[in-house]
Amino acid sequence: MPQIEVNGKSYETDEEGYLVNLADWNMDVANYIAKTENLDMTEQHWEVIDFLRKYYDEFQIAPAVRVLTKAIGKKLGPEKGNSQYLYELFPYGPGKQACKIAGLPKPTGCI
Amino acid sequence: MSEGIKKFMFVNRKAPYGTIYALEALEVVLITAAFDQDVSLAFLDDGVYQLKKGQQTKGIDTKNFSPTYRALEGYDIEKLYVEKESMEARGLSEDDLLVDVTVLSRKEMGELMEEQDVLLSF
Amino acid sequence: MLHIINKSPLANSSLDSCLGVGKEGDILLIEDAIYAATSGSAHEAKIRDAMGRFKIYALLPDLEARGLADRVIEGVTTVGYDGFVELVAANRTCQSWL
Repeated sequence: MPQIEVNGKSYETDEEGYLVNLADWNMDVANYIAKTENLDMTEQHWEVIDFLRKYYDEFQIAPAVRVLTKAIGKKLGPEKGNSQYLYELFPYGPGKQACKIAGLPKPTGCI
Repeated sequence: MSEGIKKFMFVNRKAPYGTIYALEALEVVLITAAFDQDVSLAFLDDGVYQLKKGQQTKGIDTKNFSPTYRALEGYDIEKLYVEKESMEARGLSEDDLLVDVTVLSRKEMGELMEEQDVLLSF
Repeated sequence: MLHIINKSPLANSSLDSCLGVGKEGDILLIEDAIYAATSGSAHEAKIRDAMGRFKIYALLPDLEARGLADRVIEGVTTVGYDGFVELVAANRTCQSWL
């Protein structure tokens, strides 16, 4: 199993860099993964990450992009609940990339 | 309803955890949701147990996927049907279920199945 | 609609569920479900009853394999794999009672 090392602690990931254990996640780990994805985390990024973690906690799945977009729109307003906004924050896909930073598994149905 | 949309019904007849059917069905349903079809889920026989409230799977070291049924609404899958006879035979009522469902009699369930274009059984 | 059953009626409720929920059409018994199509079994009366609403078929290779090809309930039609394919093609929808 591949591993990443953050603050002297190592964490298991899968081949694509997703954390294996949900409970391993913390903000330092998230920042580390974001860096490997060439992303500078801003407040707007964290807002999405926080949303994803809460979604996962409630439903036990990572949402499909379409579902995430709609749900964000409902909670944070239409100016954020659209794919342009989300793709600007996470150019490699709010599903794949944001879930990786949020420490969640890859969304079901996401290729 | 626009052209090209078909009625897909997922028929769930197995209890969760004992076999992989229930979880597999749920995953297929979530993927199917992306194709904008007219999707419904039917729960009969032991499949009704999938929707029982209060599942706690820590002790069997298995992922509890029951909360995911509550996510279906967000995927625009809102047609969940439970067969009344199956539910009653298991000592369950609508209050025991973790999502809002439409309860149908055996006869009504049979009629609804006849209206489908595709039936996928699990 | 074509209903396909592959479980023994003595071990599994699939046949009962199919007969209870299903309205009409064809029923094809395959694999261990062919035991339901044999005369003298506990399910013979049920199958005879169902003949009013359904046309009942049983897959011959599965009957033969289990030594029961000579004991099929009168009124049940035996088919080979080609007949299986024809039944699927002739029906608009198909449901497997797993």
